[in-house]
Amino acid sequence: MTGNFVEIRNLRVEATTDAGRRVEIIKGVSLDIAKGEIVALIGESGSGKTTIAMTLMGYARQGCAITGGEVRVAGIDMVGLSEAERAGIRGTSVAYVPQSAAAAFNPALTIMDQVTEVARIHKLMSAAEAEAKALSLFKALSLPEPDTIGNRYPHQVSGGQLQRLAAAMALIGQPKVVIFDEPTTALDVTTQVEVLRAFKSVTAQHNIAGVYVSHDLAVVAQIADRIVVLKDGAVQETGTTDQILDDAQHPYTRQLLAAFRPKTQLRTAPDDGATTRPLLEVDNLTVGYGPRSRNGQPLINAVQAVSLKLDRGQNLGIIGESGCGKSTLARAIAGILPAHAGDIVFNGRQLGKAGRYRSRNELREIQIVFQHADTALNPAKSVEDILRRPLTFYHGMRGKTRDARVSELLNLVHLPKSVRHRLPGELSGGQKQRVNFARALAAEPTLILCDEITSALDTVVAAAVIDLLKELQRELGISYIFISHDLSVVEAICDDIIVMYRGEKVEQIKSTRLAAPQHPYTRLLFSSVPKLDPDWLDNLKQDADELRAYSR
Amino acid sequence: MTDSTASGRPGMRLGYRFNLVGMTALGVILIWAGVALFAPQIIPHPVGEIVDSDYFGPMSRDLWFGSDYLGRDIFSRILMGARYTLGISLAAVTIACFSGVALGMTAAVAGGWFDSMLSRLLDALNSIPSKLFGLVVVAAVGSSIPALIGTLSVIYTPGAYRFARALAVNVNTMDFIVVARIRGERLPYLIASEILPNILGPVLADLGLRFVFIVLLLSGLSFLGLGVQPPYADWGALVRENIAGLPFGAPAVIFPSLAIASLTISVNLLIDNLPRRIRDRSAE
Repeated sequence: MTGNFVEIRNLRVEATTDAGRRVEIIKGVSLDIAKGEIVALIGESGSGKTTIAMTLMGYARQGCAITGGEVRVAGIDMVGLSEAERAGIRGTSVAYVPQSAAAAFNPALTIMDQVTEVARIHKLMSAAEAEAKALSLFKALSLPEPDTIGNRYPHQVSGGQLQRLAAAMALIGQPKVVIFDEPTTALDVTTQVEVLRAFKSVTAQHNIAGVYVSHDLAVVAQIADRIVVLKDGAVQETGTTDQILDDAQHPYTRQLLAAFRPKTQLRTAPDDGATTRPLLEVDNLTVGYGPRSRNGQPLINAVQAVSLKLDRGQNLGIIGESGCGKSTLARAIAGILPAHAGDIVFNGRQLGKAGRYRSRNELREIQIVFQHADTALNPAKSVEDILRRPLTFYHGMRGKTRDARVSELLNLVHLPKSVRHRLPGELSGGQKQRVNFARALAAEPTLILCDEITSALDTVVAAAVIDLLKELQRELGISYIFISHDLSVVEAICDDIIVMYRGEKVEQIKSTRLAAPQHPYTRLLFSSVPKLDPDWLDNLKQDADELRAYSR
Repeated sequence: MTDSTASGRPGMRLGYRFNLVGMTALGVILIWAGVALFAPQIIPHPVGEIVDSDYFGPMSRDLWFGSDYLGRDIFSRILMGARYTLGISLAAVTIACFSGVALGMTAAVAGGWFDSMLSRLLDALNSIPSKLFGLVVVAAVGSSIPALIGTLSVIYTPGAYRFARALAVNVNTMDFIVVARIRGERLPYLIASEILPNILGPVLADLGLRFVFIVLLLSGLSFLGLGVQPPYADWGALVRENIAGLPFGAPAVIFPSLAIASLTISVNLLIDNLPRRIRDRSAE
C-alpha cells in the first residue's frame, strides 16, 4: 500500500437529466489524501466539490452515478463495493459533517441518542462506553456544559453548537477520514471562529484526515494542508495552502483570490453634502413581532430605538450577526413590517409606517432586494413578465416602449437578452440575483435596500454583483442601504457602517476609519472575519470574556 | 452545462413529455366528450322508445348493449346519459372549483377575520354528509338539472376551498409576494398573477379528482332516484333502473357501470400522468 490513505483516480460521475440526456459532472478527477492530512476542495457552486467528497463514502446523489475511476479509502475501492459493504464503512472509516446541522438532526430525539447512534448501529462499543466517548468529544470540541448538553434536544442549542455536535456525531465511530461539507457557511463569523478552532484541534488530536468542502478561501486557509481548486467538475490546480495563496497559477484561482482583496474605495466624497437635506432619516425606530400588549408594545422588540441618517448618493452599511435585527430594520423602512414607534422621514416627507399608508410614488422610491432570489422571483413567471410589471405599474408603460425598457434593464445588469423568456428556475444564482435587482431598478428608485443580497452567492459571483452595484450607482445616482453579516462586502461599497447587536445600534463608523472600532462587540466582530493568512486563526487572540459575553 | 446559455432562443416553447397511459386516458375522455356533444345525432334508437319485445335482452347486432327492463335500447340510453353525467358533473365541478379556489386564495392573502369567518363557515358546510345534504335539498326543491348542479357544487366547494387555501398560504409567505405587496399591488393582482400560476398544477389535479367524486355522487343520487328524471337517465340512473337484471347477468346493468368506471378511471389516470414539462432543454 502506498503512503496515501485516500486515493481517487480518474473519477467520473454522470447525471441523467429528465430529458434522458447524460451529463458528465465530474470529469476524471484524481487526488490523494495522506493520513492525518486535511485537503480542501474549493470552487463555486456546481463545480462538483460536494459530489467528489461524497464519493469517498461510495455515494452519489439521486440521479447520479459513479461511472468510472476508483476511490480507494484505506486500500478498498468504494466504487466496487456493494451497498451493504459501503454501509459498514460509512461512519466507522469515513464520516460526514453536513452543511446544515440544524437539518441533519432529528428534532424528536435527544442529542446524546443521535451522537451515539453510529456506535450503536455498528455495535462498536457498549452504550455506556459510547456515552463516555461522546462526553470526551464534547469536551474536545469545547462545547459548554459537556456533561448535560447530550440530554438536550437539537432546538435547545445554538447553531454553532449544533455544528460541533454534528462533528461529534461524525467522530464517535473513530473514522480515519471525515468529510466536512461547508460546515461553517451558515454560521456567523464570531461563531465560525469557535467552530473552526474546535475542528482544527480535534482533527489534529486524533490524527484524522479530512476533506473540507468550501467556497470560502479564507476559511479553508485556516484549516487545510492542501487546497484543490475545482471548476466544472475538473481539477484546476492543486497545491499546499501556502502555494495556492502566494503563488496561484490558474486564472480561476487568481480570480478567487482577487475577490478577497480589500477593495479600495474609488468613490468621491460628496461635494454638496452640507447644503442638501438627508435622503433618509430614521429616528428612534422600534420594531417588534408578536401580539401587542395594552400599551402598544409588541411581544418581542427586534429593533430598539435605532436612528440613522443617509445622504443622497451615499451608501450605508448595516452589519451584525443573525438575529441582530438588521433585516427587520430594513423591512420597517420599506413598510413591510410596520414600526410601532419612531419616525421615517424620506426626502423631507414623513412616511407612513405600513406600506399601505404610503403613496404609490413613495413606494416606488424605496425598493427592497431580498437575499434569496429563489423565493423573491415568482417561479411561474418569465424574466420578461417579472420586469414588465413594475414598468406598467409605476410608469404605465406598454407595448414596444416597455419591451425596449426591459432590454435596457437586462443590459444594465449585464444579462444577455436571451434570458427574457426563461423562468427563474432556469437561471444560475448570480443571474437570478441580477434579475431581482433589475426589478428594483425598473421602479427607478432613489434608495435600494439590499438585504444580504450577496450572501447566497459564491465569492467570485458576489464580487461581480458588488461591482455592478457600484457601476449602477455611478450611472444612476442611487443610494443603497446594504445589509450584510459580511464585513468585507459592506466595506467595499459603504460610506458609513452601522453595527447592530441584539436590536440595538452599537456603533456607527466611517468606512475610512474602520481600523479603529470603539465598541468591544465591533472589535470582536471585525477581528472574527477570516483573513487569507494560514496563521490567522492560530494568532487570533480574542478577549475570552468579550467572546463569552457576545457569543450565544 | 456549457451549452445551456445557447438554448435561450426567443419564443421557444418548452418540451413536454406525455406518456402512453396519460394519452390513452385523455383519448377515452375525449371520446366521451364527443359522444356527449353529438349524442342526439348518433343514437340508433330514440331513448324512450321500446324497441325489444323482451326485457333485459342480450347483446345483438341491432341492440349492441342489449335492452333494458322495458325493452329500450341501452346503447342509445348510455350515449344520451353521457350528456347528463358529463354535463352536470362538469358544470358542478367548474362552479365548485372556481368559487372554492377564488375564495381560498382570497382568504390566504387577506387573512385575519375574513379568513377565519370563511374557514369556519365552510368547515361547517363540509361537516354535513354529502349524500344526506343532497337528499335534503332535492327533497325540498325537487329534482331539476339546475338544482342538481347547484347542490353538487355547494357540496364540493368547501373541499376545493380548503385545498386552494392550504396551497395559497404556502405561496403567500414567499418573498415575491412581499415584493408585490410593497409595490402597492391590490388583491386581484396578487391572487391572479402571483399566486394562481404557482398553484395551478395541484388545483387542476384537484379539479380532476373532484370531477370524479361528483360523477360518483351524481350516480349515487340517481341510483336513489333523486337525480335526472325519466325518461332521461344519467349513467347512475341506468344502473338503478336495471338493477333487477343483475341476477340474469343482463348487459343492461353492466354497460352503464362500465361507462362510469371508464370515465372515472380515465380521469384519474390522466391526472396521474399529466404532461410534464421537460426542464432540461440543452439537449434539443
